[in-house]
Amino acid sequence: MSLADKTAAELVALQAAGGASAAEVADAFLAAVRDREPKLRAFVSVDEAEVKRQAATVDAKRRAGQPLGRLAGVPVAVKDVLCTRGVRTTCSSKILDNFVPPYDAHVVERLKAEDAVILGKTNMDEFAMGSSTENSALQTTRNPWDTDRIPGGSSGGSAACVAGRQAPVSLGTDTGGSIRQPAALCGVVGVKPTYGRVSRYGLVAFASSLDQIGPFARDVTDAALLLEAVAGHDRRDSTSVDRPVPVYTRTVNDPVAGLRIGVPKEFFGEGLDPEVETAVRAALKEYEKRGATLVDVSLPHSPYALAAYYIVAPAEASSNLARFDGMHYGHRTKQKADLIGTYSKSRGEGFGKEVQRRIMIGTYVLSSGYKDAYYVKALKVRRLVKKDYDEAFERCDVVMGPTTPTAAFRIGEKSDDPLAMYLSDVYTVSCNLAGIPGMSIPCGFTAGGLPIGLQLLAPPFEEEKMFRIARMYESVTDWHTRRPGV
Amino acid sequence: MSLTLDQVRKVAQLARLELAEDDLARMQHQLSAILDYVAQLQQLDTEGVEPLAHPLPVQNVFRDDELAPSLPVDEALKNAPARSGDYFAVPAVFDTTGE
Repeated sequence: MSLADKTAAELVALQAAGGASAAEVADAFLAAVRDREPKLRAFVSVDEAEVKRQAATVDAKRRAGQPLGRLAGVPVAVKDVLCTRGVRTTCSSKILDNFVPPYDAHVVERLKAEDAVILGKTNMDEFAMGSSTENSALQTTRNPWDTDRIPGGSSGGSAACVAGRQAPVSLGTDTGGSIRQPAALCGVVGVKPTYGRVSRYGLVAFASSLDQIGPFARDVTDAALLLEAVAGHDRRDSTSVDRPVPVYTRTVNDPVAGLRIGVPKEFFGEGLDPEVETAVRAALKEYEKRGATLVDVSLPHSPYALAAYYIVAPAEASSNLARFDGMHYGHRTKQKADLIGTYSKSRGEGFGKEVQRRIMIGTYVLSSGYKDAYYVKALKVRRLVKKDYDEAFERCDVVMGPTTPTAAFRIGEKSDDPLAMYLSDVYTVSCNLAGIPGMSIPCGFTAGGLPIGLQLLAPPFEEEKMFRIARMYESVTDWHTRRPGV
Repeated sequence: MSLTLDQVRKVAQLARLELAEDDLARMQHQLSAILDYVAQLQQLDTEGVEPLAHPLPVQNVFRDDELAPSLPVDEALKNAPARSGDYFAVPAVFDTTGE
């Protein structure tokens, strides 16, 4: 067994016991990156010398007897939407092709403070807009379980590199499912924390009231470990919430007694692939065997969540992305033009098609005469979606269903039909609208060998319980231990 | 709900996006399909429902106005597409050549 097959928690323990150095761990993962990267294309940048330098620093601290953080010597891959000081951060967009941030995102600071080793930056749909990572302007990332298929998106690189065992854990971002959906399609664990749990400082904003940073891992314990390392208040993000971060790893193995699982009928309707439904129903059965009670709940407005999302998210995006005007950083057109012309040409040249579509939708729904009919209407529906969850959680501890309607689709299958692509987020967007935490864990495979994800949704700031519930299932199944052939 | 090509052109102008003619036509088709899809919200009665812009009940967050180090000029200008001394160089904001 290679060091690159170990989990983050195992790597921390092994290094603490003197069984391996951070340098050896880093070398093992760099070798795994070199080995699988020609097939997966999960990373947009890996600086081997810099990775080795970080690992050597951790080893030197350990030798000197200095205290070490809880991720000491653990390689972590980071989605390329998170700013890394002195390391190019592209958002997989041509408009930021040459952007080198002068500061670290809060979560990157946290990783460094915990002595993690930043392994590289991962590929994504441009500006996190997409569900397949095909909208990257840089490269196409492939699913480790079938390289003809998409890894999901927008955090496709972060999911693929963990599934492909190029990194033990990674960070992604989730605005409408961009962590949970690729986690499901790549057969790994992915967590979207409660809105406000993790500081967004240094995250290039897509939709500020929906965006949240979270972990990818091969098991629940590692996801808990990474979240407890990066969560917490930061005054530079006024929406980050000032409340203590539980030590999730301390309680993750404690089952929840008297567990009540809400099963919304709206998550099992038309469009759900029968193989996915069978796997999810079998997972619910497994919980029943462990003493849980299934409760029928209803989220009557969830069929409208996707439509509300595709108004709210583009509206916020059209405003957030106004900053990319070719003036202070990023691409500026070479064509001669006046000020407005320079803005328009720079943005026309620099943004890809999906980003342009979303900016256009957002601009339209916020424009004079249409704002009440679209944007304000969507915000009212958002209130109803949240209320559905508030009411459901009065009757259950957690809501469960499929993470995605189907397993991973083929590269190119939906890239010409934006609406078909949007429908792959149908079960994940309501969580972001409501601001609640959610996660996806592996719960089976299709006959064709593609992973299937079980989605867990919990009340605000109940990540601790959500991890325990997820672990109850994981501890009696072995889906998460299977590895792709890549 | 279908958009006219002129409406699409107008939105592109508001969004400061210069698009080629065939892109505008493709965008007209795709935006109309998306707007048709989101129009299903009109079926819902939302009379008396308060809009929810943000999932947390946050109000204004204040801090003391304290002096603190900020980004050095050279670092701030490092990513500039064009620079003039200690400033970002940009196209003229006001046309000074005309009358």
